[in-house]
Amino acid sequence: MNKILLIIKREYLSRVKKKSFLLVTFLVPLFLIGIYALTIYLTAKSFENNEATVYMIDQSGLFAGKVENTKSTTFLEKEGDIAAEKERILTEEGKTFLLVIPPDVATSSRVELFSKETASFGVQGDVTDQLEEVLRDKAYAEAGIDRATVESISPHVSLSAKEITDEGEKDSSAGAAMGIAMALSILVYICLFLYGAQVMRGIIEEKSSRIVEVVISSVKPFQLMMGKIIGIGLVGLTQFILWIVLSTALMSIAGTGMMGGSGMEAQVEQLQEGGVAVSASGSETGMVGKVTQELAKVDFQTIITTFLLYFFGGYLLYSALFAAVGSAVDSETETQQFMLPITIPLLFTYILSFGVLVNDPHGPLAFWLSMIPFTSPIAMLVRVPFGVPIWEIALSFALLVGGFILTTWVAGRIYRVGILMYGKKASYKELVKWFRYKG
Amino acid sequence: MLEIKNIVKQYANHRALDDVSTRVEQGSIFGLLGPNGAGKTSLIRIINQITAPDGGAVYFDGERLNPNHISRIGYLPEERGLYKKMEIGEQMLYLAQLKGLSKSDATDRIKHWFEKMEMQSWWHKKVEDLSKGMQQKVQFVATVVHQPDLIILDEPFTGFDPVNVNIIKEEILALNRNGATIIFSTHRMESVEELCDSIVLINKSKKILDGKVKEIRNTYRTNTYRVEYLHQEETLSDVEGLFTIVGQETTADHTTLTLQIADGKTINDVLVHLIPLVHIHELKEVVPSIHDIFVQQVTAKTKTTINETLS
Repeated sequence: MNKILLIIKREYLSRVKKKSFLLVTFLVPLFLIGIYALTIYLTAKSFENNEATVYMIDQSGLFAGKVENTKSTTFLEKEGDIAAEKERILTEEGKTFLLVIPPDVATSSRVELFSKETASFGVQGDVTDQLEEVLRDKAYAEAGIDRATVESISPHVSLSAKEITDEGEKDSSAGAAMGIAMALSILVYICLFLYGAQVMRGIIEEKSSRIVEVVISSVKPFQLMMGKIIGIGLVGLTQFILWIVLSTALMSIAGTGMMGGSGMEAQVEQLQEGGVAVSASGSETGMVGKVTQELAKVDFQTIITTFLLYFFGGYLLYSALFAAVGSAVDSETETQQFMLPITIPLLFTYILSFGVLVNDPHGPLAFWLSMIPFTSPIAMLVRVPFGVPIWEIALSFALLVGGFILTTWVAGRIYRVGILMYGKKASYKELVKWFRYKG
Repeated sequence: MLEIKNIVKQYANHRALDDVSTRVEQGSIFGLLGPNGAGKTSLIRIINQITAPDGGAVYFDGERLNPNHISRIGYLPEERGLYKKMEIGEQMLYLAQLKGLSKSDATDRIKHWFEKMEMQSWWHKKVEDLSKGMQQKVQFVATVVHQPDLIILDEPFTGFDPVNVNIIKEEILALNRNGATIIFSTHRMESVEELCDSIVLINKSKKILDGKVKEIRNTYRTNTYRVEYLHQEETLSDVEGLFTIVGQETTADHTTLTLQIADGKTINDVLVHLIPLVHIHELKEVVPSIHDIFVQQVTAKTKTTINETLS
């Protein structure tokens, strides 16, 4: 037992002390914050430079003097030759557009917008909105409807989704849950491979540098394998915990700074009204506000706890398989033939998690995938943000523990023979043979 | 020290060791000899408890081999290696601690050995920064740093440069004088012949012979002598019932005869016959080397098996 601790210590320290570990640990949160900040900055930026000028040639005569300017779009009426106007806007600086309204617009409802560069959704939305307003006024007038009356009738229903759970009713958070579920499935998928491959590479290194025979004359091969797996797993956990702590710290610093100058929400609201994704309800809060609200409903404590548990469980299960592969080969290039059966269940659940699991997190497929140890690390984490009964988590985790005990046992038997086989190309048949060797 | 009893090691379609028994005396230098693929490494791995035998047992100081013995054995495998990116000192500490030494004991011993081998300045170096010869020294220190009672060296002198071979040979002999039992395993029998007290010869998974080197040689003496005398015109010929000439070499001033002495006669009888005839310059018994004995045994055995198959 003492020896396995020594091995864990070496595996852990030799990796944590590396410069690349520190670099990755500190750069990833910075990178995430950077992307977050950049997105916000660019969104804000795109609104700033949005002053557009639209020259309007109205051949129908329906719109003269009726189109109103918006915050970012100025409409100027023009007369004359379309071809000449087209030439002219090409020479003009800034965002200039030429709007051509044909004579039959009332029946065809078609207009054309010309410009040097692609018209943004904002401009397109402004143009159609303004034209529609004018047409609507005309239609109201023709039908003899008073516009003011129509506007006074504005029914509004506000829906608040509640889940009935053991702890009483609570706010449902489908949107945020979906987002978190997807993020978790990506994270687990990548990390299982990342750290599993580290185990494999470590073993190949020991085998190819021939240190392994010196070490296993002092410790049991199984101890060496488990020491390596646990050591690297702890490196992974350390990294995650540091990421969570650092990201939360940085996010909260960045968040307070951001909310202070809250031009954001108004701008996002504009974007919505601009006609891209018009939400029917008169939303007082913008998208950021909504996201914040949704996130507040999510039970982060449970998610982080289950994430760490399932990551570690799944990691133990898969890294044992990676260890067996590492022991069977002489170099990394030879690993491919054995990687497929390891990759398939993970890839399968990963792909399903986007389609099926997120849309039906409590269906039978989701249930069974979150029970089978080979798929549960991803499947269960996808389901957890939607709320999973405790007994299901307990059962699935117990099965996962059983699963990794089984895989480490199998892997251990292959490993102890494999690490001493130099220069021999192993086949699956060979692995079965090794597994059966005595002692 | 070590009692090896009826060891059988079976791999899927090949038997690596077939009923091998031998014993290694306390404080001796023991040669585990045989050609490549004979089963030497399999036997060593069993003694090191890296693998377990399918049959038979090994006794260490009278006790059946168990994990407590690991710290008393030092093993230099044929395939050598160290962690390339780890500092030498740290690496030594790790390996010594795995053998059961406490951290402070390990540090003291390593410092002692580093001084002895003049490697003090290597502590913070990485293996990949050392020359091959330096790596070999490090590897040797790693084998003996925990003061093992039994040191097993698999092909110890291959891969070492001649200077290091001598340094390491000296160190091994010094350890042996201080009470350590040494097992040399090699296919180059002549390289350890003069060092070993006892040997076991293995070929194709089976033991061919074992015992003290002197006794083995005595058993395989053929009563053959080499006589060198000053050149002379008159030649010698066989004498019925005394000796037959099995070889003759002539140089400018010497003639060397290889004589096979007849049963029941001794070299003294032959000398009585020769002294009046020639001026004897040198006389030497032709003693078979372990390698000769091995070849003789292997061919004899192959012949019998061929004969058996034929008849």
